[in-house]
Amino acid sequence: MHGERYRLTVKIIKVATGARTFLHGHTRFYPIATPHSYTRTHNRQSGNLHPVPGEPCMQQAGIQNETPNVAVEAIIRAEKIEKYYAQPSENRIQVISATDLKIVPGEILALLGPSGSGKSTMLRMLTGLSRPTAGQVYWHEKPIAETEINVSIVFQSFALFPWLTVLENVEAPLQARGVPADERRARSMRMLDTVGLDGFEAAYPKELSGGMRQRVGFARALVVEPEVLFMDEPFSALDVLTAENLRSELLELWAKKTMPTKAVFLVTHNIEEAVLLADRIIVLGRNPGHIRTDFRVQLPQPRDRKSEPFTQLVDYIYKVLTTPDVAPAQAPDQQAGKRVRDQRQMHYQMLPHARPGGMAGLLELLLDKGGRDDIYRLADDLAFEIDDLLPIVDAAQLLGFLKVEEGDAAITESGTEFANSEILRQKELFRDAAVANVLLLRQIRRALDAKSDHTVPEEFFLDMLDEQFSEEESLRQMETAVTWGRYAELFDFDASRRRFVLPDAQEEEAAASEGDE
Amino acid sequence: MRIQHPFARSLVFARTGPFFIDACVALCGLAIFFSVVRTGVYWMGKPVPVVPISHSLSALPVYAFYSIIRIGIAYLLSLVFAITYGYTAAYNPRIEAWMIAVLDILQSIPVLSFLPPVILAMVALVPGHQMGIELGIILLIFTGQVWNLAFSFYSSLKSIPREMLEASRIYRYSAWQRFWQLEMPYAAIGLVWNSIVSVAGGWFALIACEMFTMGDHNFQLPGLGSYLQTATASGDIRALVAGFAVVILIVVATDQLVWRPMIAWSDKFKFEQVESADRVVSPILEFFRRSTLLSSLPGRIWHSFEEPIYRRLARSKECRVVRPIDEDTARKSSASLWALAVAAIAIVGWGALQAILMLRTLTWPDVRLLLEGAGATFLRVNAALLISAAWTIPVGVAIGFNPRIARIVQPIAQVLASVPATAFFPILLIGLVRVGGGLGVGSIALMLLGTQWYILFNVIAGAMSIPSDLREVASLFRFTRWQRWTRLILPGIFPYLITGMVTASGGAWNASVFAEYTHLQDRTLQTIGLGAQIEAATDSGRFPVILLATILISMMVVTMNRLVWRRLYRLAETRYKLEG
Ligand SMILES: Nc1ncnc2c1ncn2[C@@H]1O[C@H](COP(=O)(O)OP(=O)(O)O)[C@@H](O)[C@H]1O
Ligand SMILES: [Mg+2]
Repeated sequence: MHGERYRLTVKIIKVATGARTFLHGHTRFYPIATPHSYTRTHNRQSGNLHPVPGEPCMQQAGIQNETPNVAVEAIIRAEKIEKYYAQPSENRIQVISATDLKIVPGEILALLGPSGSGKSTMLRMLTGLSRPTAGQVYWHEKPIAETEINVSIVFQSFALFPWLTVLENVEAPLQARGVPADERRARSMRMLDTVGLDGFEAAYPKELSGGMRQRVGFARALVVEPEVLFMDEPFSALDVLTAENLRSELLELWAKKTMPTKAVFLVTHNIEEAVLLADRIIVLGRNPGHIRTDFRVQLPQPRDRKSEPFTQLVDYIYKVLTTPDVAPAQAPDQQAGKRVRDQRQMHYQMLPHARPGGMAGLLELLLDKGGRDDIYRLADDLAFEIDDLLPIVDAAQLLGFLKVEEGDAAITESGTEFANSEILRQKELFRDAAVANVLLLRQIRRALDAKSDHTVPEEFFLDMLDEQFSEEESLRQMETAVTWGRYAELFDFDASRRRFVLPDAQEEEAAASEGDE
Repeated sequence: MRIQHPFARSLVFARTGPFFIDACVALCGLAIFFSVVRTGVYWMGKPVPVVPISHSLSALPVYAFYSIIRIGIAYLLSLVFAITYGYTAAYNPRIEAWMIAVLDILQSIPVLSFLPPVILAMVALVPGHQMGIELGIILLIFTGQVWNLAFSFYSSLKSIPREMLEASRIYRYSAWQRFWQLEMPYAAIGLVWNSIVSVAGGWFALIACEMFTMGDHNFQLPGLGSYLQTATASGDIRALVAGFAVVILIVVATDQLVWRPMIAWSDKFKFEQVESADRVVSPILEFFRRSTLLSSLPGRIWHSFEEPIYRRLARSKECRVVRPIDEDTARKSSASLWALAVAAIAIVGWGALQAILMLRTLTWPDVRLLLEGAGATFLRVNAALLISAAWTIPVGVAIGFNPRIARIVQPIAQVLASVPATAFFPILLIGLVRVGGGLGVGSIALMLLGTQWYILFNVIAGAMSIPSDLREVASLFRFTRWQRWTRLILPGIFPYLITGMVTASGGAWNASVFAEYTHLQDRTLQTIGLGAQIEAATDSGRFPVILLATILISMMVVTMNRLVWRRLYRLAETRYKLEG
């Protein structure tokens, strides 16, 4: 009870401690660069190096095995690992059949499977806790048993030492690494702070609730700054609400890069949990354990359990799990696009729902203020709710007109030019920026140019958007794209026939309906 | 919220502050120093096999002191050995099964029958000092204490939850850190409780063997055991009662000053998910915790001693890789292991050969007598067990169903169980002889004295563990008394009863050696039985008889354990386990 009350206070404090923290994390809600912007910067920068969605490569019949992009070096790589256990009665049974697996930087990888399928065994082999009967596990391409590795495990049963205080529990791994007492204490206290346990360092684990105990488990795991964080059903001993809470906080830590961890490996038997958290899901089959399917989850964070693509994916995995004898089909549409589209290597950005006029207004104000200002103060000056201003900031950032740095918006060169120009020149500048930065607008324009009749039905692009966004979101994306395209005079939209047309091709028909904002 | 202190005493401490406490502690330190010097002088002196025993009351404290030192040293040796043995067995899968089998057998052998050869060997090993004889006695007490400690430590290690072991591996604990932060804490509670049993067994053996005759050798060491025995032999009732009172005093003091604080302290090692409501409280522990010197100094010394070790270990190869948990740790040292195994086999082989040669000197009548004795002792041991069970089950259940009484009776039963029956025996015997009873009855009485308490407090614990809702269901369905016992109570206490009976049976066998043969005033009392034959053979120095008798007892105990107790135990574990 004590703990729950405490949690609430933490939340309130977090909200109250002001703009900067909040703004710092705001991009999470309006991802700009890629739908994966919640993952590491590493990926964001590597652009096209980012693993291609899906692209299954049939290694064995019936098993799709994803081969992540060669350019990304695996942190842990398992090569044909097998595991047998000795049985008291019979000779020995095979628990895992020859399996290849890679853990690459920047992803949350979920290992999903029915109980007894060997998930825990797999995790233990990948961490070096259990020696494969055959095959080899490599840590940065060196055999794992002979290298110094840096991983942590969060256990289902928490595995805390009941005779040590919370602080001593968190300190123990550092002690094992020979960290001096002062530094040990400081780092542990900081970590306890991060997981929301400050003030509890002198308590014993048995005095805490289950959720708080698992927080200690997380603190202990993270205090050594592991390169890969392993979790073996970390939430399944907790009640539903506590688990949900911890999950979202974990995602928050991951998104904010509060931890230097490069990859997360999550073992679970909870399908929704896997779809909520993971960038990649591997489904394990039983008797003996083998990989049944391995695919990427492209839904943007935060994920909505009720959205169509989410439920479709859950249904798909459920079907794979309940039909162990049928070779799994392709994962549903969120990645089906890879078959035909030549542009498949690029993802649609999530367009912030902002009007060009708003962007122009913001940029002009910013220029008046010397080209740089705190976003909160800007919202104040404009008498905007911060939630209304953020999409405009994001949109301007997407087009390269401004940059967000530590809660400040700073105008760029092209932004300055835009703000200083008159309306027609603004449209031109906007058009260039849009074609250069917004995939969807570029595609629409190209399709119109390529077609002899210079018209393309809206549906064509909606289909592509649907692969990535929920149906509702696709419609809104399209709406924004139309607004932007009309303003930039890239194309026009025939609302009655739901199709795009080139502005000059319908000059005489509807000269008046020029995008005016 | 602070609980009001029930004792005025503790309030005094609170007021007078830590200085008073620290002064007390310093005085204790001085006393310990003096004791060490005194013991050293005595031990390093010329060997005196028969130390004259004074019956004056003022001599008692010194005798008590010597006895306590013997027990203490034997106990520390046992602890170190037990931990080493348990650790080795638990982490070397190749020899694990062997080590546990050896443990099982050694645990069943009655210690007292080892007395003569052990003393002779030690005297030969440490010539010229009193220490030789002393070490012999200590070794003997050691062999009575060590096995259950070793077994407890071993099974604690084996039952450490897998995920905790994995946590210690993945966070790259050194063996040192694992020992102090995982293994010892996990085993602590088992070790404390088994230490209580062990030390009680130590007193039992000590009192029996501080004074004995072997062939033409006489041994009589200064101590409580000799005091009681000489008092019995000379019929000095006043001395006997005084000596007995001192024994009781020591037992109660040990309980209050050592075991209760230890139990209260070990509470923090309980492996439980939620904090339990009722805890053992110990004023002594509180006292120590309040002393600024004692509560912080050891920790600080330990800390400064530990830090460099951790830093050094962190750089070692062992601590930089994650070692697989399913790896055979003995794999590397297999060469030395083989050498060790060969040496062990050679020694055992040679010993067995010598034993067989020795046994060949026995004549058939000797053997027949021993077999008859074995039968008699067997019956006596089981009679003692049955009698114990017959009275302890109803009484224990009655107590256990009444938590208020249970809370009072349980600690008393624990203390009573710790009173060495051998100390009480002479008084009992004198009474028996006055009434006209013989040793046949007397030996059963001695076994009872030594063993019934184990059964009693196990039954109490069992009765307390029966959930009250089950009892309510029984009264709801209007169970007859017969139904209540057969459907609810007996199944409920069964696992506990079995545990108590196993412990009791071991104690009874051990007691038999002492119980069936004794000197009272100038008479020798004896009854037919293996124990009597061992003692008689010790008196006359006939080793082959001792050997065969010991083998017979061991075989009977091991057979009983395998055929009866272990099966019942398994039955208890599977069928009669009350969950939650
Ligand atoms: N130490 C072991 N010895 C024998 N069998 C084991 C051992 N550990 C796991 N197994 C067996 O391996 C299979 C997979 O276990 P596990 O990896 O724990 O599955 P999961 O975590 O998916 O539930 C199970 O059938 C289990 O019984
Ligand atoms: Mg598991």
